[in-house]
Amino acid sequence: MMRIKTPTKKRIKRELDKRAPKLIETGKKTLILHGTKTSNVLNAVLAEIYHLKRDNAIKYTKKNDNVRPFESGGETSLEFFSLKTDCSLFVLGTHSKKRPNNLVLGRTYDHHLYDLVEVGVENFKSTESFSYDKKLAPHIGSKPLFAFIGEGFESVEELKHLKEVLLDLFRGEVVKNLNLAGIDRVYLCTAMSPTKVFFTQCAIRLKKSGTTVPRIELVEVGPSMDFVVRRHRLPDEGVKKQAMKTAPESTKKKEKNVKGDVIEGKVGKIYIPDQKVGSVPLPNRAKGVKRERREAKMNNEAHEPAEKKQKEDSD
Amino acid sequence: MAEYEIDLGNLMAFDPHHSFSSPPSSREELVKESLEQGTKLVQAVADTLFILPSTEDPDGPIVTLPPPTTRLPREKPLPKPKPPTRWELFAKKKGIQKHKKDKVAFDEQTGTWKRRHGYDRVNDDKDVPIIEAKMNDEPGEDPFAKRREEKKKRVDKQEKNRLHNLKQAAKSGALPSHIQLAATALPITGSQAAPKKVGKDELQNVAGMAASATASGGKFDKKLPGEKPTKHEKKYRKFLPAAEGSGMSSLEKQQTEKVLNKLISKNSHEILNVEKAVTMYNVKEEKKRRSQKGKSFSSSSKLKPNKKSFKKMPKKGSSNKGKSK
Repeated sequence: MMRIKTPTKKRIKRELDKRAPKLIETGKKTLILHGTKTSNVLNAVLAEIYHLKRDNAIKYTKKNDNVRPFESGGETSLEFFSLKTDCSLFVLGTHSKKRPNNLVLGRTYDHHLYDLVEVGVENFKSTESFSYDKKLAPHIGSKPLFAFIGEGFESVEELKHLKEVLLDLFRGEVVKNLNLAGIDRVYLCTAMSPTKVFFTQCAIRLKKSGTTVPRIELVEVGPSMDFVVRRHRLPDEGVKKQAMKTAPESTKKKEKNVKGDVIEGKVGKIYIPDQKVGSVPLPNRAKGVKRERREAKMNNEAHEPAEKKQKEDSD
Repeated sequence: MAEYEIDLGNLMAFDPHHSFSSPPSSREELVKESLEQGTKLVQAVADTLFILPSTEDPDGPIVTLPPPTTRLPREKPLPKPKPPTRWELFAKKKGIQKHKKDKVAFDEQTGTWKRRHGYDRVNDDKDVPIIEAKMNDEPGEDPFAKRREEKKKRVDKQEKNRLHNLKQAAKSGALPSHIQLAATALPITGSQAAPKKVGKDELQNVAGMAASATASGGKFDKKLPGEKPTKHEKKYRKFLPAAEGSGMSSLEKQQTEKVLNKLISKNSHEILNVEKAVTMYNVKEEKKRRSQKGKSFSSSSKLKPNKKSFKKMPKKGSSNKGKSK
């Protein structure tokens, strides 16, 4: 004997469907939380990261003592939070004597731990400390550009992993159409040494150049910090293979609003939006009309209607 | 100029060939050099971006980005395809095509266009006023009731099919995310009787019984949140204090008095309830006094009937029979 349980409200059904696995995935959400102890610097760093990812991040404020992602039993809390908030990326900040200003960037697959990168934050400068023209400030939610500099990102294992995780973290949604006027931020990562990465955010200023391609100018805007790579854990091979599987390409696109008949041939439907009669601004010829009227009036008083006739002829 | 790796789908540029020839002298130098290099990289990305064919829009030119080249892992597993339902299998076998239905349909009964589902719908059973009798109809049957039963049967069959389809989907891991299948009863194994559901009161009783079986009677057991405190069904015993004076109201004296009274009254054959008799006498005296007072005020012609009491008259004062020291 089985009973079918469905949510009584349609809103809850919609929320559940949003969290269901999809063929093509939209943006990943990030969970930002504290560990047992955090320092002032780390609090500022976590706040800045939250501001960078405002729309699709959730920040927890309480400290969580039992979260130890690198230990075997310590990730159950994280997995539970990931399940509850439907977040597949997390940023965990902890501070201890052995690992000061520690940030653990992690990803989950199917709400289980996928991989981890542990970095230490040094030389942190927050957004407020940079002075720049406020008009250049990047908008929240704009798609960022990435610039990775240094051969370390290809040769060193940890840095390769860090590059992938940073890309995943700050990428946002994968979009098909991009508005070129909306490009206003770039994340700059420079591998200074095999263990250190300099990370900063810059605003993009597009300047006129001769060709269609504008000249780019970067202005350092956002938080800048040094990442010192500490530990990392690569994903399990089997899980990695599963996670890297892409959707099958065979779904053919249904052409909408097109029907075909043997008699009529191919027939399409066009939908025209309602005409906005009355709210369309008329061309403003009031000035000209006024001037003409004024002149005509003046001429009328001075001269005979014969003048008017001349005017009409010239038209 | 070294080649940059550009991933347009992710708007990423990677320079794998740049290396710091000399370690940067100071932080500003490093920042400046990073910015320079960054500018070059971003310029490269912008070059490729602005070359793409763009459509004009009031906000700005819109380009279609190619899919990203760097592969990143998914966050959830790929959804599994749903197994075909019972109807879909049948339709495929018979070659039945799906036709899109309109929201309104012509109702033969009223001759108007009505909506297909919902309030005031087409071919509703409620709207049929008369059902003509057919030759093969039995005389005692109610055709309206029969219609209702048939509809109920159809609905039940549909529910059964739906449950079956969902079970098949759950078996292949493709259950829709908003649906859960819950077992209402355990499968019947041996006896015919279905296992009875234990109610809240029963559970409380059983829990209480189990608790009272402990050495401290369940008094110090840790309670779950929401559990009620243990009920004490029996009487609370009262014990006398260890040291007390022997005055008039000493508890020990009272206790022994009570016991003795009970014993003696049981063994005596007097049917007299001494206290009750005393109270009755006193009440009578009061009445007499009041009536005497009243007689001096009122002048009633009626004579009050003289009630004779058949009960044994008590002696004046209280008797000493039942009392003990």
